[in-house]
Amino acid sequence: MARPKIKRKDTWIDMTPMSDVMVLLLTFFMLTSTFLKPEPVTVNTPMSVSEIIIPDKNVLSVLISPKGQIFLDLDNPDDRISVLEAMAANYNIDLTEKEKYDFSIATSFGVPMQNFKQFMSMELDKRNEVLPQYGVPIDSLDNQFKGWVLAAREVKGKDMRIAIKADATTPYPYIKTVMGSLQDIRENRYNLITALREVQNPSAAAVSQE
Amino acid sequence: MMQVSSGGGEKKKGQKAKQDVRVDFTPMVDMMMLLITFFMLATSLSKPQTMEIAMPAKDKVAEEDQNEVKASEAITLYLGADHKVYYYEGLADLATPNFLTETDFSAEGLRTVLVERNRKVVDQVRELNTKKELNQVSKEDYETQLSELKSSKGTPVVIIKPMENSTYEDMIGALDEMLIASIGKYSIVDIDANDQIMLTNSGVALK
Repeated sequence: MARPKIKRKDTWIDMTPMSDVMVLLLTFFMLTSTFLKPEPVTVNTPMSVSEIIIPDKNVLSVLISPKGQIFLDLDNPDDRISVLEAMAANYNIDLTEKEKYDFSIATSFGVPMQNFKQFMSMELDKRNEVLPQYGVPIDSLDNQFKGWVLAAREVKGKDMRIAIKADATTPYPYIKTVMGSLQDIRENRYNLITALREVQNPSAAAVSQE
Repeated sequence: MMQVSSGGGEKKKGQKAKQDVRVDFTPMVDMMMLLITFFMLATSLSKPQTMEIAMPAKDKVAEEDQNEVKASEAITLYLGADHKVYYYEGLADLATPNFLTETDFSAEGLRTVLVERNRKVVDQVRELNTKKELNQVSKEDYETQLSELKSSKGTPVVIIKPMENSTYEDMIGALDEMLIASIGKYSIVDIDANDQIMLTNSGVALK
C-alpha cells in the first residue's frame, strides 16, 4: 500500500531577530536603570514639580515611615563604620569587628542603641525581618536621631546632604519632630525627596478668565 | 538564515548529505526574557527628584532684627485635614465671620489665587523660561535673574502653617505651589495658640 506522500513542512521559526530585539531591550534597561535599594518600610513619596536631582554620593537619607519610625542610610561603608564607632562611644557599647562589618554592608539602619548588640547578634534574615519594628528614637528624652546626624556630619564633612524621604500619608507632626531636631543641631538646609509630576500650565486657569 | 551547505557544486560519493548548521535561538531568547524581567523588577527607571528647603535657625532673633511682613503682601495658609487649605490675605480680620477661604491643591484652587497675586513675576518668569528654551540666556544668568525676580519688591510673602491633621503630602503640595507660582518668599511656621483659637472659631477641625 502506498501511503500518500505528505510533504513535510518545515516549521522552523527564525529566532534571530527576536533575540536581537531582546538584546537591545536588555541593554536599554541595564544602562538607564538604577538598582532599588531595599528599604525597611515601603515609602511612597509625594509628587512635586521640582526637577533638582539628588546627588548619588555624600547623602544621609532619612526615611520616615507613615507611622513615624525613622531609618537612616549612609553611602560609604567606611564612613558608616566611623559613624557607628562615634555613636557606640556615646552609648558605651563595645563593638566587635564582625558587628562593624555587618553594619557597614547592611542597607538602612534604625535600631535604638540599647538594642544594638542584641539586634546585631541575629542572623541577617532575622534582622531584616525585625528591623521594621524598630526605628531611631527621636523623643525629647532620648534623641538618638540627633546623635546620628551629628556623627555623620562629623565624619562626612560639610558637603554632606541630608535627604528626607517620607511617605505622602505621614502625618505632619512626625515631620515636624524630625525638622525640629534638625533645626536644634543647626542643620537648616536639607532636601525633600519627591517623585516627578508634570506641572499644569501655571496660569492656564487664570488666563481663561481674562 | 544560518544555513551552510558543506558541499560545493558537485557531490562526491560517500560524503555526508547536507550539514545543517542552523542555530536555534529559542533558548537564548528565553534567557533574555528572564534577564529583562529581572532588570525591570529589580531596578527603578526614574531617579527621585528632590526639593531643596532652607529652614530658619532656631536661635532667637532679636525683636528689632525681625522683618515685619507688610500686611498687604502677606498670605497665610493653613493646611488642614483631607488636603484642604484655608487661607486669608493680609491681617487676620476676626470681626468678619468668613474671612478664612477654603480651597484645595487643584489647579483652580490655591494655584489660581497665588498666580493671580503674583501675576507680574509669573509673567516675567515665563518670558525668562521661553528665553532659556531658545538658548538666549546662559544657565548662570537664568539662575540669577530667576532669583532676582522671585525676591523682587512687592511680591507676596506666604506663611505656611501646617496643622496637626495635615500630612507630609500637603506640605510638599504647598511648597510645590510656591514653585509654580514663582513665590520666593515663604516660610513654614507652626500654628500658635492664637491660630488655634481663630481656627476653632471659624469651625475648622484642629485634630
